[in-house]
Amino acid sequence: MKDFEFQTATTVDEAVSLLAARGDRARVLTGGTDLIVQLRENLREADLVVDVKKIPELMEYRLTEQGLLLGAGVPCYRLYGDEAICKAYPALVDSARIIGGWQIQSRASIGGNLCNSSPAADSVPTLIAYDVVCHIAGPEGRRTVPVAEFCTAPGRNVLKRGELLTSLEFPAAGKHSSGAYLRFIPRNEMDIAVVGAGAWVQLDAKGETIERSRLALAAVAPTPLFLADASASLAGKPATAETFKQAGEMASAIAKPINDKRGTVEYRKHLAGVLVERSLAGAVRRARGETWDPHE
Amino acid sequence: MTPKSEQKKFKVIGTRPIRHDGADKVTGRAVYGADLRLSGLVHGKILRSPHAHARVKSIDTSAAEKLPGVLAVATRADMPDLKDKIADLGEGSVNLAHLGANVLAHDKVYYKGHAVAAVAAANPHVAEEAVKLIKVDYEVLPAVTWVMDAMKDDAPLLHSDVFTKSMGKKSSKPSNVPTHIHFEKGNIEEGFKAADVIVQREFKTASVHQGYIEPHVSTALWNQDGHVTVWTATQGAFTARAQTAELLQIPVSQVTVVPCEIGGGFGGKIAVYLEPVAAMLSRKCGRPVKMVMTREDVFEGTGPTPGSFMRVKLGATKDGKLVAGEAWLAYDAGAFPSGVIGPGAMCVFSCYELPHAKVDGYDVVNNKPKTQAYRAPGATQAAFACETVIDELAEKLKIDPIEFRLKNAAKEGTRRVDGPVYPRVGLVETLEAAKSSPHWKSKLEGKYRGRGIASGYWFNIGLKSSVAANVNNDGTVSLIEGSTDIGGTRTSIAMQFAETLGITAEAVHPRVGDTDSVGYTDLTGGSRTTFATGLAAHEVALDIQRQMTERAAILWECEASQVQVEDGVYCHKDKKFTFAELAGQLGHTGGPVVGRATVSPEGASNGFGTHMVDVEVDPDTAKVTILRYTAIQDAGRAIHPSYVEGQMQGGAVQGIGWALNEEYVYNDQGRMENASYLDYRMPTALDVPAIETIIVEVPNPAHPYGVRGVGETPIIAPPAAIANAIYAATGVRMTELPMSPPRLWAAMTKGKNT
Amino acid sequence: MVRKTHVATTINGEPVEFLCEARQSLLEVLRETVGLTGSKEGCNNGNCGACTVLLDGQPVDSCLVLAVEVDGAQITTIEGLAKDSHLHPIQQCFLEDAALQCGICTPGFIMSAKALLDRNPNPSEHAIRFQLAGNLCRCTGYDKIIRAVQDSAKRMAEQTK
Repeated sequence: MKDFEFQTATTVDEAVSLLAARGDRARVLTGGTDLIVQLRENLREADLVVDVKKIPELMEYRLTEQGLLLGAGVPCYRLYGDEAICKAYPALVDSARIIGGWQIQSRASIGGNLCNSSPAADSVPTLIAYDVVCHIAGPEGRRTVPVAEFCTAPGRNVLKRGELLTSLEFPAAGKHSSGAYLRFIPRNEMDIAVVGAGAWVQLDAKGETIERSRLALAAVAPTPLFLADASASLAGKPATAETFKQAGEMASAIAKPINDKRGTVEYRKHLAGVLVERSLAGAVRRARGETWDPHE
Repeated sequence: MTPKSEQKKFKVIGTRPIRHDGADKVTGRAVYGADLRLSGLVHGKILRSPHAHARVKSIDTSAAEKLPGVLAVATRADMPDLKDKIADLGEGSVNLAHLGANVLAHDKVYYKGHAVAAVAAANPHVAEEAVKLIKVDYEVLPAVTWVMDAMKDDAPLLHSDVFTKSMGKKSSKPSNVPTHIHFEKGNIEEGFKAADVIVQREFKTASVHQGYIEPHVSTALWNQDGHVTVWTATQGAFTARAQTAELLQIPVSQVTVVPCEIGGGFGGKIAVYLEPVAAMLSRKCGRPVKMVMTREDVFEGTGPTPGSFMRVKLGATKDGKLVAGEAWLAYDAGAFPSGVIGPGAMCVFSCYELPHAKVDGYDVVNNKPKTQAYRAPGATQAAFACETVIDELAEKLKIDPIEFRLKNAAKEGTRRVDGPVYPRVGLVETLEAAKSSPHWKSKLEGKYRGRGIASGYWFNIGLKSSVAANVNNDGTVSLIEGSTDIGGTRTSIAMQFAETLGITAEAVHPRVGDTDSVGYTDLTGGSRTTFATGLAAHEVALDIQRQMTERAAILWECEASQVQVEDGVYCHKDKKFTFAELAGQLGHTGGPVVGRATVSPEGASNGFGTHMVDVEVDPDTAKVTILRYTAIQDAGRAIHPSYVEGQMQGGAVQGIGWALNEEYVYNDQGRMENASYLDYRMPTALDVPAIETIIVEVPNPAHPYGVRGVGETPIIAPPAAIANAIYAATGVRMTELPMSPPRLWAAMTKGKNT
Repeated sequence: MVRKTHVATTINGEPVEFLCEARQSLLEVLRETVGLTGSKEGCNNGNCGACTVLLDGQPVDSCLVLAVEVDGAQITTIEGLAKDSHLHPIQQCFLEDAALQCGICTPGFIMSAKALLDRNPNPSEHAIRFQLAGNLCRCTGYDKIIRAVQDSAKRMAEQTK
């Protein structure tokens, strides 16, 4: 690996000024499970690496009735180890549990996964489904961006020179609503998603009708996709297998994947449909108060 | 030789002692190649070709040499000229120019990842940076990776000095097909005329890597006295020594190879890659040079098993008797000639009594890394084809798949297509064990669930082994073995020694020797180690016993012939000594007792196995889940049952990976796209269930304890067994490996049968 | 030339200080500088787990941790498991159950198993396979490794009685 300077920031302002000074020659280090590989394999370069894991705002999370504020550097294992998070945001836990294996989850963070901005990122469909807002700090102050707009191209996002993702804000987990994330991989662990699907639903009090829904897909386009039309079309529909199937068909039609070593175009389009159908069904079951395990 | 197994019950054989190197291995103390520490050690790195096929016009190392911290640089210019040199390295003759060119390219590079130059520096990161500064002028040539494309007349020609050898004749034009093998038995036209049912299918398999977790690593010191010491991860210290000496064109006596503990081999750590380069760098800088491959280098720059195209045709009568078989096999050799088509052609029909048969096998060079052995090299591909066709025949004839195999199973007296006649072998016993197994008897219910079965054969080799033993005065014995230990053999060899001598396994202290400490021993591979080195251990134990008997005779003032030995106790009239007691007295009888033995057993030990598997296929995603797996194998005699089970389980899971997900993915420039453990998908613990094992023992008449080699056979049957299970679950016959979800899905949706 | 950083950390209960370059991974420094070669390099990109160590109690791939990051941290490596002349029960069970063949993946597996059993003293087979999916083995087919972890759970439960 080419050598670089290493600095540890203890405040957001310190991180921002270090990043602003070096622009794209500086990289943020949270878990390192993407960055270190990229530096080693010359996929990314850095003259300065800024460790942000000593900034309290990035390493804390706060779950209240208003929602969840998740620091950008919180490692995945802390999420699935928290029962309250498992109950309130199960799709977030679905994602956290499958990014790499246990050793990766000890370090990797949801915020880092988002900022790496891979089209196949396992956290992003979940974040989109939950309609998360990204909190960003930069030389010109703080701003927010809806997560569906965050990734702009493979490996690229809206962060400007000197900017840092500080936290992710989840809306309150209300009654009769829940989410699910499901991905397809050829093995059972340790693979990059061939297709990933995140779903969130708000059901009526009887649990029979979908009031609102948000569906998202990974690995079928240059960025993770919010399926706006398919999601909107579910409003008012009965929460039945027929509806889930229709949603899957719409997803399959929208998906624009590529042929690569992980899957072919036809196969990915087909899987997009299958996974949207299954993840939507899972979100509905959870919204009704039932349990649903993505690994079944 | 009446196997001892039939004479009496064993004291040590069949028990499960803790392996002698155990404490070191579970505490991290064991010294593998990369753990080696030497005073003055520096690090070497290799520059590899980015092109799949190119002429190397020039190499400019000047910028690299100027980088501060760089101590030496090596290219083809530093290595001796090996043109037209052939050497016998123990397993037949080897073209040294090809071996040398694979280690460091000469005028052409033949695959992406082909080594071109090397740098040594004190800091490994500096060595890496220096490698990037080496400028190579390539003339890129068209590349060919698919074996059938490489055989075409208009394919890019790799070597202008390779001609097709076929039936004793050499072709007049150079070709990408160095060898055509042909075996024939009976008259296949007549044979097929007598068939009531004939099935013919074509098959494709992809390149697959052994996948050992430890990357290749070698350290070399070209000392100021001219002696070269190499510490390396190798399956054979003596073959590494011979190859290194030949490639450097120095006498074998000038080279010592010290085998380190090795992190897996499976056939991939027999050919040398780093040793001669490290030695050359060391010569230039006067320091010991350690070279470790990256995982990407391992995939791109070592030796996967061939991809293949195969056509198999089998005919049977309506009551299920096989009458004729025809196989056409084309296997990658990769960059240089001599792949593993030979064993593939030998094994394709090896499980069956086949009165008429014809096998044509083609060794084909192409722009992939030079292929090497991978656990029963060539047999898995061939079995995938044959066992699928057998399954289809049995189904068409409405005969149970085990019954069909029993009707036609190879037995003592069966002549294999390539000539040898089997002595007593155990295929039938494995099939009977399969039939009566709890797995086979269990019901498998549910849609998209299916069960499949397949058999496999590997000949297993003999070759040469040497051991030496020193009796300590406390009754323990130090046993120096010439076989490197990849999986626990130092203990299974010590156990055979202990059994013969009548002492405990714990009283033996086995060590793996280097090339200066122990007699010539062929590689650990070919399922030969427990068999042949075990035989040597048995011989050295008899040698020790003879000497101990003579010493007892001295003490008791009688003739050696008057001393009896029973269960390790030496007696004469009313006098007796245990081995330990006698050992304590050796000082009074003329000094220490040292034993030696060297063996070169002829003939194979013939390992047969039968595997069965239950799968479930997700109809929407075509993902295959292995529900239950049983591996059955004839081990002859299981010396240490835990390690026999371990070989069966390990081979089965490698076979599962080969069947379902492992493959080299090439782009259209001939570059491998998935050279990492992320996208080269080996099974994790979550991808497989428990692997049940049934050890059948049909003792090998050629070994005192009946041992048959077990290491390789277990990888042969899994892909075919899984393909047959997938057919039972979905009605789709898969004829291409791996049967990954996108492929299976395409086959399932586009209609049955590819 | 970039200067080296001084790092002070605790490894296997003992204070350790070292100098390192920012680009050096924890794995590299453990092996080359501190001299603890029990953690192994299999892939150097977080896909095989042969380099697993415990970092503040969590199992991590040490190839994906920069050595400069561990200032002030507590690290446990395979070398820290045995106590005096006694193997840890997990180490003992791996030997008794023949859960290793070449042994290169064994330190990584033992560290992951320890992390698992420290949190879940009685894991199901599925839970063991799930938590250990980040450790690759090519020799054993995993069967005896899983059994060894199950036996370790029993052995450790007996010892705490």
